[in-house]
Amino acid sequence: MTAAPLVSLRNVRLHYPVGGAIAALRGKTTVVKAVDGITFDVAQGESVGLLGESGCGKTSTGRLLLKLDAPTTGTVTFDGADITTLRGADLRRFRTRAQLIFQNPFEALNPRFTIRASLSEPLENAAIPLAERHDRIVAALELVRLPEPDQFLDRHPHQLSGGQLQRIVMARALILDPVFVVADEPVSMLDVSVRAGVLNVFREVRARMGLTAIYISHDLALVRYVCERTIVMYLGRIVEDGPTEDIVREPLHPYTKALVTAVPVPDPDQSHDPLPIGRGAPDPRNPPSGCTFRDRCPQAFARCAVESPGPTRVGNRIVHCHLHAPS
Amino acid sequence: MEPLLSLRDLSIAYDVDGGTVTAVDGATFDVPRGVIVGLVGESGCGKTTLARSLTRVLADNARITGGQAFFDGQDIMALPERQMNALRWRKIAFIPQSAMNSLDPVYTIESQLAEVLCKRGGLTRARAHVRSEELFEMVGLERGRLRDYPHQFSGGMRQRVAIALALALNPKLIVADEPVTALDVIVQRQILDQLRDLQKELSVSVIIVTHDISVVAYVCDQVVVMYAGRVAETGAMRTTLTRPAHPYTMGLRNAFPDLKSAAGVLTPIEGAPPNLMHPPPGCRFAPRCPFAQARCTDSSPPLVQVDGDHLAACHRWQEADVLRPLAALTQTWAIDIGATEMGGAKS
Repeated sequence: MTAAPLVSLRNVRLHYPVGGAIAALRGKTTVVKAVDGITFDVAQGESVGLLGESGCGKTSTGRLLLKLDAPTTGTVTFDGADITTLRGADLRRFRTRAQLIFQNPFEALNPRFTIRASLSEPLENAAIPLAERHDRIVAALELVRLPEPDQFLDRHPHQLSGGQLQRIVMARALILDPVFVVADEPVSMLDVSVRAGVLNVFREVRARMGLTAIYISHDLALVRYVCERTIVMYLGRIVEDGPTEDIVREPLHPYTKALVTAVPVPDPDQSHDPLPIGRGAPDPRNPPSGCTFRDRCPQAFARCAVESPGPTRVGNRIVHCHLHAPS
Repeated sequence: MEPLLSLRDLSIAYDVDGGTVTAVDGATFDVPRGVIVGLVGESGCGKTTLARSLTRVLADNARITGGQAFFDGQDIMALPERQMNALRWRKIAFIPQSAMNSLDPVYTIESQLAEVLCKRGGLTRARAHVRSEELFEMVGLERGRLRDYPHQFSGGMRQRVAIALALALNPKLIVADEPVTALDVIVQRQILDQLRDLQKELSVSVIIVTHDISVVAYVCDQVVVMYAGRVAETGAMRTTLTRPAHPYTMGLRNAFPDLKSAAGVLTPIEGAPPNLMHPPPGCRFAPRCPFAQARCTDSSPPLVQVDGDHLAACHRWQEADVLRPLAALTQTWAIDIGATEMGGAKS
């Protein structure tokens, strides 16, 4: 990773006030730290999985990367430019180069639009000449392995299956030839038998277009299939960051260990040992002091309550845990 | 011992604009006492319709068009509504798919439990309170949270509440529709552990409806694989998953990313399930099956005994040992599905 990164986050925070107007009048608002000081780079052509439970900030991070939300503090850089200050033509250019692949294909397309209309819309927005549009649509459908466009173009979303819809959602994200995509749990709504097809298309497209990609999921098995690197998040913070295969083989952070153990496998002989993690859901309104994972951590010790663990480099990984920190 | 539930040729159809959709077509299988049965298949295969039919709470346009379901020896499809109603909650409890949203947001959990315990179970308020505390303890929730409202619980806790509700009147059979689908992997695992522990402790039978064979592999003793309204394969979980006799089951296994094995290529089953308004002739899986022959589109394969309680509906079941290694190869499934791709739009 010697070349300049395509995407860069530095100490990014995204804090939401919660409690509503009445609580605000009473001065009782609390702040939810959806993203709480994260730093990472994504190299050109790299594919990175953002892994964690609901509420860990993975989707918020994806939104920050695409300038769908503005960070409370910190900077998000894309291709050398701070995206929080993008305006006008620069912003429009960014909007074509960075794209989101939606989670739910059944809701991502306008039900009243034909597939042709859904795919034409981004081309219109980007002022692609009318004469080119049909060819661009056909090319995008071929890219996602829907080779006979005439079968689809005049149909409406309800006439297609989930796997076909998700490929069309991908085609729409790719039609403007982006360099960066964020895919938010793109197969979670699909049946297992068609998931594999969509994941294969995702892998192929990445390789063919040389895309830089962020893949958001709570399932390490899926992330492993499409990402060479994984960033594990817990309560708005990064806990571990490194090559996916290393994380699968030997997770270092206690939370990653629990996540790896919990990944569902279709093997009748799997272990039924209890997970190495405390019960209960993390509460983002009221996280524990020090390391926010300590109340569920089976290995927590005194230092964890008083001091938030900073990044420690272990081999080619970065771990935020006192177990691995120099004392 | 006589099974707790025996389905014999059960068929359920929906009347829709322009025809009839046979969502469940001649389902036959048993649920033994004190086991967990996984009912697995993709969306539209009829698994949810079948599960709902066991409480006879079906959509207005649904009809039971044939067959029987013997629960403790009694055909519940033929019972008068009054007697059926007496079985609901008391003998057969249902955990709906949207258990997370099925709790009434304006009532406390305690009053929702009390409704079941008092109205259905005939308990006094005081007894209901004691029982509610007991139930909360059983599913691993703090008693003190009985007075809380559904929105104050996380997704996993709401799922525990749904399990507590199902257990309220000590049923013999619990039908859970996708109990962990919307949950994170860690919570999924904890809920499945809880369900398994309670099932053993109380020796109830549980039917888990799921699209996820890893859920089946983790908690189920038996499995019923459904495809396009029909039972494709059924048997003991271990046998069915490790030595499947139906190509659909073999294909499902390949399509699943597995963390414990090397990072190979996932093989999808190309195409989509058929439109049940106009199902294909013969075996319904034939259009997507790499092993289909002429006879497969000519006639429907019956469910035949492979070995013991292992049954499969495939014309080529006797060749399963030869087909299995072929089914593990990616190129086997790279078939041109052309026209079949269009069929499976789900409403």
